[in-house]
Amino acid sequence: MALTDTQIERYSRHIILKEVGAKGQKKLLNAKVLIIGAGGLGAPAAMYLAAAGVGTIGIADADDVDLSNLQRQIIHSTEDVGKPKVQSAKETMERMNPDVKVNIYHMFVDASNIRELIREYDFIIDGTDNFPAKFLINDACVLEKKPFSHAGIIRFKGQLMTYVPGEGPCYRCVFRNPPPKDAVPTCKQAGVIGAMGGVIGSLQAMEAVKYIIGKGDLLTGYLLTFDALKMEFRKIKLPGDTHACAVCGDHPTITEPVDYELNVCEDKI
Amino acid sequence: MDEIIVDEQVDITDKVCPMTFVKAKVCMDELEDGEVLAIRMNDGEPVQNVPRSMKEEGHKILKLIDNEDGTYTLYVRKVEE
Repeated sequence: MALTDTQIERYSRHIILKEVGAKGQKKLLNAKVLIIGAGGLGAPAAMYLAAAGVGTIGIADADDVDLSNLQRQIIHSTEDVGKPKVQSAKETMERMNPDVKVNIYHMFVDASNIRELIREYDFIIDGTDNFPAKFLINDACVLEKKPFSHAGIIRFKGQLMTYVPGEGPCYRCVFRNPPPKDAVPTCKQAGVIGAMGGVIGSLQAMEAVKYIIGKGDLLTGYLLTFDALKMEFRKIKLPGDTHACAVCGDHPTITEPVDYELNVCEDKI
Repeated sequence: MDEIIVDEQVDITDKVCPMTFVKAKVCMDELEDGEVLAIRMNDGEPVQNVPRSMKEEGHKILKLIDNEDGTYTLYVRKVEE
């Protein structure tokens, strides 16, 4: 499939790059990325991936747009309040770039449906805001052998890491189990600076793009943290030993995704 | 220099920077390692920039011919990284 003149012009700043070129752009157009959570992280990730011409973007979220989302979830506008987030996100992405096919999943992602959901995608972005969802996504991606980008944001801090099957630790290798209920606040209770979603969600989109074009080094085996108040990034090397992990180790005890209980005040994904 | 066997040609005289290089590069990406692309371009900015950009991509510049009609033809051999 050759690029059209319109596509050559639209993606010219990609095509100019030695690492991308027409070949890389075609890979992007043929790629399928799933974003779970159309919120603070998912919004910028979805927008950059749509603008980049990722040909198929899936977006899953059960929530409707709330006025309190708009301070950071830049894919939604004031007029979208009350609309399903996935619908609002789809409309924005389609306005941005008609090359992109957007699949929407207006539902709670849980242990019963996640494996089938992620199966048809090349790369998964975790844009969720709670630990049960993060472990669910990790375990499902390990079991389905899918690469994914984990991220979390709270207050003035953010972090991300990338899992690629067979190339380093998974999220569970590092964090083992969800923290006890009420041990940690969610970003709903703690607050989050709006641009943090932009910083970390954009980095997730960057990882997805690099994975698709096959260039550069991913955050596999590393956790990148960002402290906006100190304006400090830290790239922390993670232990390379995955043998004992309950899901990706040599003798896994987790062979199906697990639904952990959410805090009462937390929504599902 | 011996006669150059051209595998593909592209005319970028209808483009301005940076689409000149982009159009040429899209053609180059379709070629195999070692094949030669002939690029016809306008005098001035394209002649200044397109050969340099092709070189930066790692390709081999073979020669630049003045067509004496305000255009030049650049012959580039593809070098796959």
